[in-house]
Amino acid sequence: MKVDKSLPLEYSTEENSLKILGFWIFIGAEIMLFATLFASYFTLENRVGSGPSGAEIFEITPVLIETLLLLTSSFTIGLAIHAMRLNRTKATMTFFAITLLLGAAFLGVEIYEFMHYVHVGAGLQTSAFTAILLTTLGTHGLHVTFGLFWGLFILLQIKKRGLTPETANKSFIFSLYWHFLDVIWIFIFSFIYLKGMM
Amino acid sequence: MDFFDRFAVPHPSFLIYASMVGIGLTMLAIVLGITYFKKWGYLWREWITTVDHKRIGIMYLLSALLMLFRGGVDAIMMRYQLSVPENTFLDSQHYNEVFSTHGVVMILFMAMPFIIFFFNYVIPLQIGARDVAFPRLNALSFWLFFMGMGLFNISFIVGGSPDAGWTSYFPLAGNEFSASVGTNYYMIAIQIAGLGTLMTGINFITTILKMRAPGMTLMKMPMFTWSAFIANVIIVFAFPVLTVLLAMGTMDRLFGTNFFTTDNGGMDMLWANLFWVWGHPEVYILILPAFGIFSEIISTFARRNLYGYKSMVASMVVISLLSFVVWAHHFFTMGQGPLSNSIFSITTMAIAVPTGVKIFNWLFTLWKGKIEFTTPMLYSIMFIPLFTLGGVTGVMLAMSAADYQYHNTMFLVAHFHNVIIPGVVYAMLAGLTYYWPKIFGFMLNERLGKWTAWLMSIGFVLAFIPMYITGLDGQARRMYTYSESTGFGMWNMVSFIGAGVMAISFALLVYNIYWSIRYASRDIGDDPWDARSLEWATHTPVPEYNFAVTPQVDSTQAFWDSKKNGYELFQGKVEKIHMPNNSGLPFIMSCIFFVFGFAMVFSIWPLAIVSLIGILGCLAYRSFEQDHGRYISVEEIEETERKLRGAKK
Ligand code: HEM
Ligand SMILES: [Cu+2]
Repeated sequence: MKVDKSLPLEYSTEENSLKILGFWIFIGAEIMLFATLFASYFTLENRVGSGPSGAEIFEITPVLIETLLLLTSSFTIGLAIHAMRLNRTKATMTFFAITLLLGAAFLGVEIYEFMHYVHVGAGLQTSAFTAILLTTLGTHGLHVTFGLFWGLFILLQIKKRGLTPETANKSFIFSLYWHFLDVIWIFIFSFIYLKGMM
Repeated sequence: MDFFDRFAVPHPSFLIYASMVGIGLTMLAIVLGITYFKKWGYLWREWITTVDHKRIGIMYLLSALLMLFRGGVDAIMMRYQLSVPENTFLDSQHYNEVFSTHGVVMILFMAMPFIIFFFNYVIPLQIGARDVAFPRLNALSFWLFFMGMGLFNISFIVGGSPDAGWTSYFPLAGNEFSASVGTNYYMIAIQIAGLGTLMTGINFITTILKMRAPGMTLMKMPMFTWSAFIANVIIVFAFPVLTVLLAMGTMDRLFGTNFFTTDNGGMDMLWANLFWVWGHPEVYILILPAFGIFSEIISTFARRNLYGYKSMVASMVVISLLSFVVWAHHFFTMGQGPLSNSIFSITTMAIAVPTGVKIFNWLFTLWKGKIEFTTPMLYSIMFIPLFTLGGVTGVMLAMSAADYQYHNTMFLVAHFHNVIIPGVVYAMLAGLTYYWPKIFGFMLNERLGKWTAWLMSIGFVLAFIPMYITGLDGQARRMYTYSESTGFGMWNMVSFIGAGVMAISFALLVYNIYWSIRYASRDIGDDPWDARSLEWATHTPVPEYNFAVTPQVDSTQAFWDSKKNGYELFQGKVEKIHMPNNSGLPFIMSCIFFVFGFAMVFSIWPLAIVSLIGILGCLAYRSFEQDHGRYISVEEIEETERKLRGAKK
């Protein structure tokens, strides 16, 4: 494997830069995935059948907490990558761990939120609106869950192998993924929650 | 026991029992054969675990040919059923299942793998690369596709086939009207195969952007690579829509959600819209690479550079953009207003313009060329008028007001076969004949090949032109029979005969392959067609590493220039080459996907959960795995090169 020392570690081999480009294209596909979900959401938003509407079930507090947790985690993963660029393994790992903890906390609140929806009679089978609501949120939530495991594995690899071109590449790609989930959340926050509560 | 009730076909017939026995015996014969000849190890090492794009390509090809015959048998059964009025060969339920699976199999499990075979085999060679960007992902793509295909095909003998059309419109496809597991198969099998296709898209975009030989700028890429590039971009933008759509459909069927129901707020038209947001671009994913293949073949056998290279590229870009804004032409009559009908009518017709540009470019290339009538060229030349006819009837269908007359009649069926057979199927057969010598080291018989092409065209005209007539006369599609008094009988008989002629032409193709394996000359050199692009610049058979020395490109026709103008293609000396290692993981993971899919179809939740954990386990394993590939040494390369050169001349 040829390592080009003049480039940042995560770009330093040919394989690495291929992987980063490939991941950007994958994000393109993910954008389409969420765009489809949003389009379906807007189509079905008012088709509540005999179930509740968004305004009746949305609660601002948990959503604000979720937003805060996820935005902060996006910031800390940025710090992790920054530390990685400075070749500071310990700091990288610490920020990585903080990011994952924040992500887990986000997920905890989201699970609470889902239980609340089911409790107030807005389950998956209630109406087209609740189905698309829970599917859209759930898809994002599943992405976060997946990211937690993925991030954890990368963290373990950094611990075991240090910052190599391979682990640096994985961390960088993970950070792209994590920022992306944050961007999606902002759309969810604005166009599902805020719009729904207004 | 209800165990058997569950997996039994709900609506059995003699034909299905006979196929079960047939399939069972064939499987047994294959397993025994492999065991007897002790080929398991070879299969595992050389094929199942391979990450070589050429071998993966060949596996796609085999799958596609297999499915061509499965879909073909469906087609013949349909035509036979309709050949005379009041026929009782198939009943309505079986007819429904046959046309549904025919459509899915032909589009998703025949045409798609066929073009992906070309992507795999040709693109890396054509851009002078050693491999695709992500060889392992490529293997995973193939095996996911393969398992999706397998899952879809067993629906025939385990649990029952989908019967709601290949478009699977709701509410027809909902539990109420499609109670058997057939539509579950549809949702889940296509989902698994579709994941594979999406990964293919990502892989080839990266490959084409990053791995071109030095000197090959975007505007020096061969036309097939260009067409494939655009098709892959469409894949990446269209397939996620399918993913979401199928997931919602699955949830409606398995978890009782109300996305597409007609109560509790559900909206059946959402399915139709999203289906065609994917479905219409899908057609262009197939046709653009087909255009690319025709371009290669036409310029090779007209012995001329392609006329209007830049306009060819531009027209494909325009087509790809337009393909995303025409989807609603599939339901002009389903209750949208005149304004949206008009908009979609106009955008649809607009596609005729860039397509026309391409037709003219091919004609101008031929105009001043020294045409050589080889088999691939014959297909390409027959394609032009036949496809144009399909295009013209397409514009007729695109007139939304007039579509109230043709909608859901045989006219429509005639139209799309008129574009898809001369467009896609001819391109595949032309391309197959063209690349056959590069892949297998011998040519297919030209005389038999030309017979095949002619018979296919005669059969095609007989089979499909009558449908225009009966369609305008009101023969509805998807009807399993009709009465004597409609007068459709004679035309449908003609159509059945045409389908028979097409079947004969396919049989001839098989015979041709058999004949050529036995008798064709093995001494054909590396460049039997005197072709123009890089894939012909390497040896036949292609060594594992494709090119011993990376070629240097200076024009759109670098290889042609190296032959005719003394341009030096291979500058520089042999160096050790980095190659990826084989891996069993893609296959194993896809097998677990198969089990997962099966468990979902039949709602066997514990098995579904266990297999899902298995899939995640594979991903976790992969995350920790370290595999830096291996090197092929300079001596080894020189040894291989010497042998390959020695074999020829
Ligand atoms: C080889 C000769 C073929 C014959 C004789 C044939 C015959 C037919 C017939 C009779 C139908 C209409 C079913 C109905 O609506 O009642 C049909 C539908 C269809 N065919 Fe073919 N077909 C052939 C090849 C192909 C190929 C190569 C493809 C695709 C690459 C294809 C794709 C389709 C599709 C997508 C449908 C629509 C299915 C539906 O109505 O849901 N066919 N075919
Ligand atoms: Cu269309």
